[in-house]
Amino acid sequence: MATVEDYVSRIEGTCGRERDVIVIFKYEKRDETVKRILERATLKKSLAGIVFELVFKNYSFRLYGSGKIIFRGLDSKDELNALLSALLL
Amino acid sequence: MLDPYKIREDFPILKRKVNDQPLVYFDNASTSQKPKQVIQAIKDFYENHNANVHRAVHTLSQEASELYENAHEEVAKFIGAKGIEEIVFVRGTTEAINLVAYAWGLHNLRRDDEVIVSLMEHHSNIVPWEIVSKIHGFKIKYIGVNKDGTLDHRSFEKLVSKKTKMVCLSHVSNVTGIVNDVERVAKTAHDHGALMLVDGAQSVPHMPVNVKDLGVDFLAFSGHKMLGPTGIGVLFGKREVLEEMPPFHGGGEMIKDVSFDQETKRCSIAWNVLPWKFEAGTPNVGGAVGLMEAVRYLKRIGMENVKEHEETLTNYALPRMQDSSEKIEIYGTKDPSKKCGIIPFGVKGLSSHDVALFLDNYGIMVRSGFHCAEPLHEVLGLSSSARASFYIYNTREEIDRFAEVLKEIGQF
Repeated sequence: MATVEDYVSRIEGTCGRERDVIVIFKYEKRDETVKRILERATLKKSLAGIVFELVFKNYSFRLYGSGKIIFRGLDSKDELNALLSALLL
Repeated sequence: MLDPYKIREDFPILKRKVNDQPLVYFDNASTSQKPKQVIQAIKDFYENHNANVHRAVHTLSQEASELYENAHEEVAKFIGAKGIEEIVFVRGTTEAINLVAYAWGLHNLRRDDEVIVSLMEHHSNIVPWEIVSKIHGFKIKYIGVNKDGTLDHRSFEKLVSKKTKMVCLSHVSNVTGIVNDVERVAKTAHDHGALMLVDGAQSVPHMPVNVKDLGVDFLAFSGHKMLGPTGIGVLFGKREVLEEMPPFHGGGEMIKDVSFDQETKRCSIAWNVLPWKFEAGTPNVGGAVGLMEAVRYLKRIGMENVKEHEETLTNYALPRMQDSSEKIEIYGTKDPSKKCGIIPFGVKGLSSHDVALFLDNYGIMVRSGFHCAEPLHEVLGLSSSARASFYIYNTREEIDRFAEVLKEIGQF
């Protein structure tokens, strides 16, 4: 059974007042991951296939074509894991 | 005048692509790329000369010791130090400042003493002093920063007094690229009987730096920001100051004798001569060899040429960035005469990390966040910043491409 770890390479907490979380997907799963997230989330705005502003379950975030996603305003690791599970599995 | 196109041929990594785009490396304030000469020197050391240094009679150890000592000599000449006794090899700028904060600070600072630090410092020139002050209870006072990011000299002149024992200042801000008037601050510090420590992490790689001209007592910098490998850095200290300081770390190499007294049942220890007194344990010999080659590489180019090239790039970049979109904000002074090749910026409506991720899609590497200088961001009213920083291998064409992508970001 697939897990979030099958898709995620790294999770980086950023420095800065924003306290964003950046999730980097495994290179070999990048295209599959981007496609899946685009299918499940609602597209609000995009630019030339480079960046997609998306909404999913009241969470607003940006997905980059390079296989990286930036979340903001998440309170805990559990919340992030739940969100990633819903987006990826 | 240097030729960046010729220089680029020496940097293998610049040939690679990132996200199917040619790599544009604008994160040089974090770390620099390495020329093949440095890579080859490290490879040659491990393939042909590797041994532990000092106190061995065999041939390989003598070769390694000679290389290691030559590396000290090369660095000493590069910054105008009197000799290798003033050059202590450490892991990097952070360790160099910690060495001073602990070895000098614990030995010399008392409750009523004061250390002055600027608010534009990297955390590595704030946190060690805060830690040591908790042990001895001395006060730390912070020099203010003007709205444009420049140092508030009047604030410093109000703070400095006979209680001041040490003044700590970066030569160049790692966030704004602003070049501080270190000579002026050092003179005032010395007039009050204080010592002066300068964080040279962002200056030594990018401009001619001479410790005698600056009049500083300590200068800390890192090898990896000046074409050398990671894990090797330098603390310059005036000989007379280092002589008076106790060691930082204890162990092999830093001692001359450790003798056991049968009556007292204690060991008595005599320190080694400078600089080895401050280099406990097996040092990073391979790193030192790499640093030596990096210094030689920079000397061949000429530090005046390095400085001029970065000034040219900065002057070229500032208006192009500004004109790329109304949403682009350049932080800190835009006066090129006050800064070197570091440009902090933001895009209205986007976090710095969004900007960095966006640029990454186009193969352009910039830093985002606080850059380990949170107090300065607070003073400037910034939640974070993106930062483009240039070096000898960067070109105008790369800046054009950068400005084109900023224009696209501005349209998002």
